Amino acid sequence: MKIEVLGSGCTKCKLLAERAEEAAKELGVDFTLVKVTEYPDIVARGVMSTPGLVVDGAVKSQGHVPTVAAIKDLLR
Amino acid sequence: MTVESKGCACAAPTPASGGGFWKSGGWLLAALPAWIALYVALKPIADWLAFRAFGLAPGSRLGEAVAFFAYDAPKVLMLLGAVVLGVSFVQTFISPERTRDLLAKRTGAWSNLLASLLGIATPFCSCSAVPLFIGFVRVGVPLGATFSFLVSAPMVNEVALFLLFGLFGWRIALLYTVTGVAVAFVSGWIIGKLRMERHLEPWVMTVPFTAAEAGSGPAGFGARLDLALQATKDIVGKVWPFVLAGIAVGAFLHGYAPAELLARFMGKSAWWSVPLAVLIGVPLYANAAGIIPIVQVLLAKGAALGTALAFMMAVTGLSLPETVILRKVLKPRLLAVFLSVVAAGIVLVGFLFNVLM
Repeated sequence: MKIEVLGSGCTKCKLLAERAEEAAKELGVDFTLVKVTEYPDIVARGVMSTPGLVVDGAVKSQGHVPTVAAIKDLLR
Repeated sequence: MTVESKGCACAAPTPASGGGFWKSGGWLLAALPAWIALYVALKPIADWLAFRAFGLAPGSRLGEAVAFFAYDAPKVLMLLGAVVLGVSFVQTFISPERTRDLLAKRTGAWSNLLASLLGIATPFCSCSAVPLFIGFVRVGVPLGATFSFLVSAPMVNEVALFLLFGLFGWRIALLYTVTGVAVAFVSGWIIGKLRMERHLEPWVMTVPFTAAEAGSGPAGFGARLDLALQATKDIVGKVWPFVLAGIAVGAFLHGYAPAELLARFMGKSAWWSVPLAVLIGVPLYANAAGIIPIVQVLLAKGAALGTALAFMMAVTGLSLPETVILRKVLKPRLLAVFLSVVAAGIVLVGFLFNVLM
C-alpha cells in the first residue's frame, strides 16, 4: 500500500504523516509512506487544499487532518 | 513570522469517528449556560482582581492596564471560542472545491462579486494558496475572480466579523465586511481588466493537473459537530498566545498611552496616517483575532475609524509570507500589481471613513 501525504511542509502535514503512519501500523498492513511537498506534484494528484491524504493514487482526504481511527477507515 | 507558523493558524478540522448527537450535543447544551454566566460575570471579576486582590488604585495607570487585561483576555478568548465553534460547524458544509465549481461557470464583474462573497465563508489557509490558485485558474475561474477570492478570504473572514460584532457592535462589523468585500471586488475586477494572464509563471498553465473533486464531508450532525469541536480546539490552541500578546499591547496602550498623542498621529486631522497605517500593516502578519484587541484600544484612544480599519485590513489581507508564497505562481509584475491595487483600495477605504464619519 502506498500512502502519500501532500503538503508544503506546515505542521498540519507533519501531523497527518504521523497519524497515517500510526494508523497503517495499527492495521498491520505493508505500506510505504511518502511525503509529497512540491507544488507541481500536489496539483497533479488533484488536491487543492492541503494537507491531503492519497492512498494508492486515490485522494482520501484533503484540507483537514483526520484522526488515527478515521484514517484506519480510509486505509481499509 | 515564518510561512509555516502562518499556515498553522488555519482551520484543519480533525474528524473523530463515532460520537453521535448526544455525546457532543449534550455536552454543548450543558456548557452554554455556564458560558453565558461566566461572560456576564467577567467585568466584576476583573475589577475585583485588579482593585481588590492586587490592591491597585482605580484610575491609576497600572490599575487600569491590569483591569483591562483581566477583563479583555478572557472575554476575547471566550468570544473567539464560541465564534470559531459556530463557524467551523457551518464550514463543514463548505469547501474550496465547491466554491471553485461555483465560480468556474462565471464571467465578468459577477464573477468578482461572487468570488468576494464566497471568500467570506470558504475555509482558506494561505499554506494552500498555491494549489488553490492553480486549481481555480486551471478549471477556468477568471484570473480576476481568483484574485477577488484571494483578497476576500483572509481579510473578511467570519471570525473577524463576529469578533468585531462582539466588541464594537454591528455597525462596525457591517462596515468592515462591506468595505472589505468592496476592496476584494474592485481589486480583482481591475486585475481582470488588465489581462495579465501572461504574467503568471508558465508552469501554472502547463503543469500536469488533475481537478480536485469536492469531498462529501462528514455525514450527520454529530460527526459535523465533532469536527467543529476539534477545529475549535486546534484553532484556539494555536492562536491564543497571539491574542494574549495583542491584548497585552492593548492593555499597555490603554493604561499608558496618552489619548492626545494617538489622536494626533492617528486622528482624522492627520491625513497621512491612513497610508502610513497601511504601509506598516502590509508586511505584518497576524490573524484577525490577534489584531482586533489592538484596534479596539487605538479606537478608544482617539484613532480615527478609517485609519484603524485600514490598519486591520492591511494586516489581515496582505502579508509578507503570503507574498513569498504567491511569488511561486505570479511573475514580479503581477505580484506588484496585486499588492499595490489591494493596498490602494485599503487606503481609499480608510480615507472614505475618515471623511464620512
